[in-house]
Amino acid sequence: MRPFKYARASDPTAAAGAVTANPQAKFLAGGTNLLDLMKEDVERPNELVDLTRLKLTEIRRIRGGVSIGALATNTDTANHPLIRRNYPLLTQAIVAGASGQLRNMATNGGNLLQRTRCQYFYDTAMPCNKREPGTGCGAREGLNRIHAILGWSEKCVATYPGDMANALYALEAVVRVRGAGGRERTIPIDEFHRLPGETPERDTNLEHGELIEAIELPGSSFAKNSHYLKVRDRASYAFALVAVAAALELDRGTIRQARVVLGGVAHKPWRSREAEAALSGKPASEESFRQAAEVAFKDAKPLAHNGYKVELGKRAVVRALMRASKVGGA
Amino acid sequence: MNDDFDEPTAPHENLGPELTDDEEALLMEMPALTDDVGQTRRTFVGRTVAGSLGLFALNLLDLEKALAGLKPSPDVVFAADPVAENLVKVVLKVNGATKTLEIDSRVVLLDALRERLKLTGSKKGCDQGQCGACTVLVDGRRVLSCLTLAASVDGKEVTTIEGLAKVGHLHPMQAAFIKYDAFQCGYCTPGQICSAVGLLGEARRGEVSHVTEDVTVRTTRLTDDQIRERMSGNICRCGAYPGIVAAIQEVHSGKRTEHTWRFVEEQQLARVRREDANEAV
Repeated sequence: MRPFKYARASDPTAAAGAVTANPQAKFLAGGTNLLDLMKEDVERPNELVDLTRLKLTEIRRIRGGVSIGALATNTDTANHPLIRRNYPLLTQAIVAGASGQLRNMATNGGNLLQRTRCQYFYDTAMPCNKREPGTGCGAREGLNRIHAILGWSEKCVATYPGDMANALYALEAVVRVRGAGGRERTIPIDEFHRLPGETPERDTNLEHGELIEAIELPGSSFAKNSHYLKVRDRASYAFALVAVAAALELDRGTIRQARVVLGGVAHKPWRSREAEAALSGKPASEESFRQAAEVAFKDAKPLAHNGYKVELGKRAVVRALMRASKVGGA
Repeated sequence: MNDDFDEPTAPHENLGPELTDDEEALLMEMPALTDDVGQTRRTFVGRTVAGSLGLFALNLLDLEKALAGLKPSPDVVFAADPVAENLVKVVLKVNGATKTLEIDSRVVLLDALRERLKLTGSKKGCDQGQCGACTVLVDGRRVLSCLTLAASVDGKEVTTIEGLAKVGHLHPMQAAFIKYDAFQCGYCTPGQICSAVGLLGEARRGEVSHVTEDVTVRTTRLTDDQIRERMSGNICRCGAYPGIVAAIQEVHSGKRTEHTWRFVEEQQLARVRREDANEAV
């Protein structure tokens, strides 16, 4: 690991100021992803601003919804009564990720900012436009079994690896951030992460030095009928090949509103508004779900080794919706 | 090189490199070791290292003599490494004792425990958060010490495998791991046990897991499947998983099952050795 200056932030504005002032500084929260990447020499900050003493850990009610502190741990968030009762989809998504130890360390803000698990990004001997812009993409013509089938570019075919964010997209969360000088703004979660395009080095629309303070969840009508399905190479403790955050609002068997977000298939959580539109007004039945699954993947462009994700993804959408709707006792 | 196994007769001076912290720690622990057949530690060390390492080993023995009388003070302030950069002063409460360290900002908790505080129970497996061998408890929660900066746990309570037993009594989880033969090589075991102890607290608090049927319902009772899922962050290369699950289940549920194996007694061992000797003849 390269040497870095270690500093503790006294308040959010000071933290944002410290990182804004140094282009090579980074925030440190749980460290589960950042320290790993620093050991691998992928991340090379010369200063870390430790946020863990900041009081951004509260989970509380706000007008009609719930605000989750950026520094609340994944464990505390998943298990909070307000979340378990009102947003069980979020609880399910969080506990589908990582291990008990990692969830005890990982924070909500850090989780949103976790970086791709593309092997070419991790291997500093390989070309990677995300790690080193302009060097090319090793995965495009390399081993790309775990890579994107939607929304990728010639510059980058990496996927966003997280689970929690998939649920946050389905729940239409809003990210509250603070910049240098105390400047505040909110970012709808759908606009938080980016597709790779020409600038895969930028994962999100945060400016350097902007600090996530909270994630706000609006009131939800999906608590009764939601399901997070994660498909991976082993039963636990692995990143998703495909994941589905499914949520339905049902009125006597008819779908009034649906949310379908796909994980493991794109550079960001992939919300399929087309699939949601296809479900709206339809009966909650396997037939409706199959049609929606076809729609969700109609634009899929698989790479050499990940064609399986298309069929796997469709079936995962159907199963997640079956479980969410409790159709057929699923 | 000294190829035979003769015990060295005279110490040699300044022939080997300086001891690393690990080697020093090893020597500090050596006086407690005596092997089965009454061979002394000195003979053991002499034969082993003289056979394999030659002159370097002789130097070790010399140093061992010098170190033999030293005992670490419980609250000693350790000086900084000579090559450290970006020094950070950190106060850790480790297994009930307050330790003040001056460390390079890059030092992770695992290395601070092992290299500076000589608590080598926590193991370095993958060093990237995938194996769980480095699991310790920070403020009662299980975490991975390899991905935790020591500086960031300043002022917090750290419990390692060395801190679980009370004087004269193993922690119930340690005793259960022995009872159920929940390990083979033992390398992952300190992490497994710390993780299991953390898991018990999570279960008591009614925390959910990936295999919880309905996350809106509170339950504190763990099935074996729940234990498997919740222990998935601890890898065991020897595959001692059935024993690990059984050990955790017994401590969690309080339902004791029959001990299915026991340590061999000296008489039995002697009989087996005699039989082996006869066969060899």
